[in-house]
Amino acid sequence: MKFSDLIYETFISIATNKVRSSLTVLGIVIGIASVIVMIAIGRGAQGSIQDEIAKIGSNLLSIRPGSQQGPGQQVSQGQGSAQSLTMEDITYIEEGIESVKAVAPVVSGNYQVIATGTNTRTSVTGTTPNYTEIKSFEIEDGSFFTDSQVNKLARVAVLGPDTVTDLFGEGASVVGEKITIDGVNFVISGVTVAKGTQDDLIFIPITTAQQYLVGDEKLSQIEIQVNSQEEMDAAETEIEALLLEKHGIDDPEEADFRIMNQADIIATASSVTGTLTVLLGAVAGISLVVGGIGIMNMMLTTVTERTREIGLRKAIGAKRDDITKQFLYESIALTFFGGLIGVILGYVVSFGLEKFIGLASDISGFSIALAFGVSALIGIVFGYYPSKRAAKLNAIEALRYE
Amino acid sequence: MIKCKNLVKIYKNGDNETWALKNVSFEIKKGEFVAIMGPSGSGKSTLMNIIGALDNPTSGSYFLEGKDVAKLSEDDLAEIRNNKIGFVFQAFNLLSRTTVMRNVMLPLFYNKLPKNERKKRVEESLRAVNLDPNRWDHLSNQLSGGQIQRVAIARALVNHPSLILADEPTGNLDTKTGDMVMDTFRKLNGENGHTIVLITHEPEIAEHADRIIHVRDGEIEKDVKTNNKH
Repeated sequence: MKFSDLIYETFISIATNKVRSSLTVLGIVIGIASVIVMIAIGRGAQGSIQDEIAKIGSNLLSIRPGSQQGPGQQVSQGQGSAQSLTMEDITYIEEGIESVKAVAPVVSGNYQVIATGTNTRTSVTGTTPNYTEIKSFEIEDGSFFTDSQVNKLARVAVLGPDTVTDLFGEGASVVGEKITIDGVNFVISGVTVAKGTQDDLIFIPITTAQQYLVGDEKLSQIEIQVNSQEEMDAAETEIEALLLEKHGIDDPEEADFRIMNQADIIATASSVTGTLTVLLGAVAGISLVVGGIGIMNMMLTTVTERTREIGLRKAIGAKRDDITKQFLYESIALTFFGGLIGVILGYVVSFGLEKFIGLASDISGFSIALAFGVSALIGIVFGYYPSKRAAKLNAIEALRYE
Repeated sequence: MIKCKNLVKIYKNGDNETWALKNVSFEIKKGEFVAIMGPSGSGKSTLMNIIGALDNPTSGSYFLEGKDVAKLSEDDLAEIRNNKIGFVFQAFNLLSRTTVMRNVMLPLFYNKLPKNERKKRVEESLRAVNLDPNRWDHLSNQLSGGQIQRVAIARALVNHPSLILADEPTGNLDTKTGDMVMDTFRKLNGENGHTIVLITHEPEIAEHADRIIHVRDGEIEKDVKTNNKH
């Protein structure tokens, strides 16, 4: 049988049973649409998490002190309890590692902050101007403190927008205003741009923080930005080796610091959302299988109903293959149309979710191709048995079938 | 053209063996109009299935135009049926909700005839059975019984078969339309020289043929010429 004849026959046959065909196809439509929507939502979640991470800054390494464990001491204190990171380490890294773009020391803690009449408790970060570049902070109003202010132990502070609201009310112009942090007077020099996260904080020069707030030289963290994504792992290894050497530690197991790689954090987050995507897709996939069973059911009914027609076709010269193809094409056509409508529906629903409910969704070309492939495959898988059954019918008995 | 020798057909049902055909031999020449007649259970349907290449005999040989058909595979038989045999059934077996032309064209889907030849063949066949051209585009379920059976005959002709095999073609028709259908067969045999084998249990219908093979209990009871002019 010629291909064009088969297509024609398939079309006629589907058109003959419009209601039944459409109801059966609906199962595939819903299956495909839900696969596309679910994968789109999963990918959307993945995308927004990655965006959030990117807002924190890109290509970041962050070094924290390891746990304190003095000689002969069996009890390990918590992470970061060791006072192992110093300003010298910053110099070592800046001078020793090629792939490092910027390094910033961090001393942080939570302190009571008082403005005229109001007070709040927030995170105070002592750092250098490099920090803004590394962590993607921008200044909305005023300016960040400068390196010379750091050297001079200037008592200036840069506030996050939420902190400004807490202390002065929404939209207040605060540059030049005075606040006290832990009883020490500061002048506000700038306000950062709202990021959505990390908006309730205060930056002060690191030297000032060490001198007035902490009272010692210890660093609570070192933030490092590497030139490119590709150099992240190499940089991590080099920094680890450098600091081990400078700290005089032979065994990496006993390192008094810990390096965290942002790529690892992204990978962890991605694997969580990846699992979510797979899970959502699998749930939707089940509905697709149910749709496929619907197709099979309908095809079996069709074969029984058309037994005499099959007998006739065989009598006038149809071979087994011709009959198999005829019914197989029919089920593939059904699932393919179902897939097509399902893709459109899935697209519309994903778009609607994003537009009206604000649920991030990301439709991938891959999931659309997959949906088409899977729907055609379902046509083959679930159409195979009914069409084989049709092909195996005995012509004589089929002609006599009432 | 048809040469059957020692045809035996045994149906097995568990331990039961039914001999539907017991050693049947006969010949049919090109251009003959033969009726195979017998009561139900006589084995005439079994004989028709074998002649029609729908079934293999248990033993014996069946030559159709010199080709031994008795032992061919299912798909080879399908090809024989498509090329050499035109079927006309009691129940017509037209595809409903399908046009007359499309119905007649159906056998051509299963061979390699070029597409542009198809329409010509279909028109030629429909003319041969005298079906009003106004009806050619009608759906098959909009036709009368006589018209339906003539469409079915046209479908049997469309492949230019060596043999037209009609199984009780008038069984579902009243006498008048039945006669009209038989006239069509007569004309096809007389004017166009088609070889026709008619299977029936009605003596009046069998009388339209030139020769009647009487089958009873799986054997040929008698084989007689009728006194139709020839």
